[in-house]
Amino acid sequence: MLKNYFKIAIAVLKRRKFFTFISLFGISLTLTILMVATALVDKMFNPGYPDYNQNRSLYVERIEIKNSKEGWVNMSNLSFYFFEHYVSKLKTVYKMAISSGQKSSNAYVNNKKLVIDYKYTNADYWNVLAYKFLEGKAYGDKEIKSADRVTVITKKTKEAYFGDEKSVVGQYISADNINYRVIGVVDDVSGSARNFTGGMYLPYSLSKDSQETGLMGQYNAVLLARTESDVSKMKNEFAQMMKKVPIPPDFDSIYCNADEFKTSVTRRMAGNSTSNGVAKVITLGSIFVLLFLLLPTINLVNINITRIMERSSEIGVRKAFGASSKTLVYQFIVENLILTFIGGIIGIFLSILVIYLINESDYVPNFNLSMNLTVLFLSLLNCVLFGLISGVYPAWRMSKLNIVKALKA
Amino acid sequence: MIRLQNIEKVYRTETVETLAINSISLDIARGEFLSIMGPSGCGKSTLLNIMGLLDEPSKGNIKIDNQDISSFSDKKLANFRNQKLGFIFQSYHLINDLQVLDNVELPLLYRTSSPKERKALATEALEKVGLSNRLKHFPTQLSGGQRQRVAIARAIVGKPQIILADEPTGNLDSAMGNEIMEILMNLNKNEGTTIVMVTHDESMAQKTHRLVRLFDGSQVQ
Ligand SMILES: Nc1ncnc2c1ncn2[C@@H]1O[C@H](COP(=O)(O)OP(=O)(O)O)[C@@H](O)[C@H]1O
Ligand SMILES: [Mg+2]
Repeated sequence: MLKNYFKIAIAVLKRRKFFTFISLFGISLTLTILMVATALVDKMFNPGYPDYNQNRSLYVERIEIKNSKEGWVNMSNLSFYFFEHYVSKLKTVYKMAISSGQKSSNAYVNNKKLVIDYKYTNADYWNVLAYKFLEGKAYGDKEIKSADRVTVITKKTKEAYFGDEKSVVGQYISADNINYRVIGVVDDVSGSARNFTGGMYLPYSLSKDSQETGLMGQYNAVLLARTESDVSKMKNEFAQMMKKVPIPPDFDSIYCNADEFKTSVTRRMAGNSTSNGVAKVITLGSIFVLLFLLLPTINLVNINITRIMERSSEIGVRKAFGASSKTLVYQFIVENLILTFIGGIIGIFLSILVIYLINESDYVPNFNLSMNLTVLFLSLLNCVLFGLISGVYPAWRMSKLNIVKALKA
Repeated sequence: MIRLQNIEKVYRTETVETLAINSISLDIARGEFLSIMGPSGCGKSTLLNIMGLLDEPSKGNIKIDNQDISSFSDKKLANFRNQKLGFIFQSYHLINDLQVLDNVELPLLYRTSSPKERKALATEALEKVGLSNRLKHFPTQLSGGQRQRVAIARAIVGKPQIILADEPTGNLDSAMGNEIMEILMNLNKNEGTTIVMVTHDESMAQKTHRLVRLFDGSQVQ
């Protein structure tokens, strides 16, 4: 039976090449966009290297200071002082990786300008995050205390600045006219891991603002708990601590959150200091996906109705010779599933191509999107849903067709 | 075999009401070859469709093989048609996307049979109509007479007890028409199939056992 459905489905697809093309185009394009989008979202929420301790970590990125009478709001990253003076005293914080946002510096290689992004970190940064050292090692408390001009650079920076040289530890790199001694080379971090990516890492003691005592600054931190179960305690302790942080003059409230990784992403995308944005992101995401699926589905339903009505003589004959309405609905749904599956397979190949092109283009450095199995599975599920949704209504309508009318048409 | 009692069929549109069949009662015996004649629009097709359970009468009662089908569900009705009835239409109604063999196998798809059985039965039916060398052709590659023979093969492949043919020779020249008539007469004689045929051709009607004439929805002979 299935083989017969297949035969007629393929024959119809071949006969109506234009319809087939439009349908397949719609299905495969929609699926491609969905798959690439899920791969992007997946990457955003699971960035991987070098942050493998997400389950044991909380992320502190932003502080908000308000004067509710005047309606003033100041929002920024935090000061090094804040982390050192308040957060490092928390008992549940096992280790803390503090780092500044990225800044650009200029270097010159053979009279050509080279832009290197750099950031300041503390010593524990290298213990919390699992950077892969290709040579040398990280700086420690000793280098930080004496404010040594040392640096850990990434492989890309090394290649851009030193060319093919095998080992560069001990050599000097000059950025913004300051010479730093290279003490380690690490693998590059994807640009999507925005708090960890960079080209050059420097001891925070070299930065001018590490001595300032305000709350606002350019730093963020990853707080690592001893165990996963300590994370919620750490969150509590952090919140308690925030109540005791003195509010700067002229203001009446301060907000700062230590969030789990995923929450930190949604807060950044859709939340603010008092709402974590999870519900908003989920709602908007679902609405987007629904709308996005709805348009091609309606389109397919329309195409399907036209296609099926063209075959009213066939429907009449099948019914006359003993097909029940149910059997016919089944046949047309199977035909539609075959169509959507072909579209799905094309879509999967297109997605692989698009993801490959995105990774190659280097638009976001070291992005490395991947089609993971979850994405693939969800996409296939999409196909089935697509086939059912866009096939059921036309099939049902056509099965209700009066035989005599169907044969006359 | 077929018993119609006081069948009436009214077509209602927004503006007009057409009485297509006006109280017809008819008894058709097992093995009978009956022809229906009458001017265009007098209700021949409507009557045949009602006998074939393709359309419901507005009033009246139908019994086929002593079964009252008025209470049948869609599924049961479909199954009943599949087992008992075979149809031949004036415009063939073959599925152009399918090869001759697949067209003929169609009624067997809706009962339990293996692909092998289906193929054997369809080949046998096509042999009976003299088309065993056209199995892999598509309908559009055949002449009108050949297409109608494929349609006959499809109607007989499930070995139904009744064949309903609506102007089966209407689109054919007289030589081809005679061939088709020959096949139907043999079917009736050799297999005992009950046949009801609508026709415009007086000479063909004369070859059947009984002739029913309609005029304006009523039986006049
Ligand atoms: N679906 C319909 N709606 C309205 N009137 C119809 C319909 N089908 C047939 N009729 C009318 O019923 C009458 C009988 O039609 P039909 O049985 O096709 O005649 P015949 O087959 O004898 O030419 C005609 O007057 C025709 O116009
Ligand atoms: Mg007619």
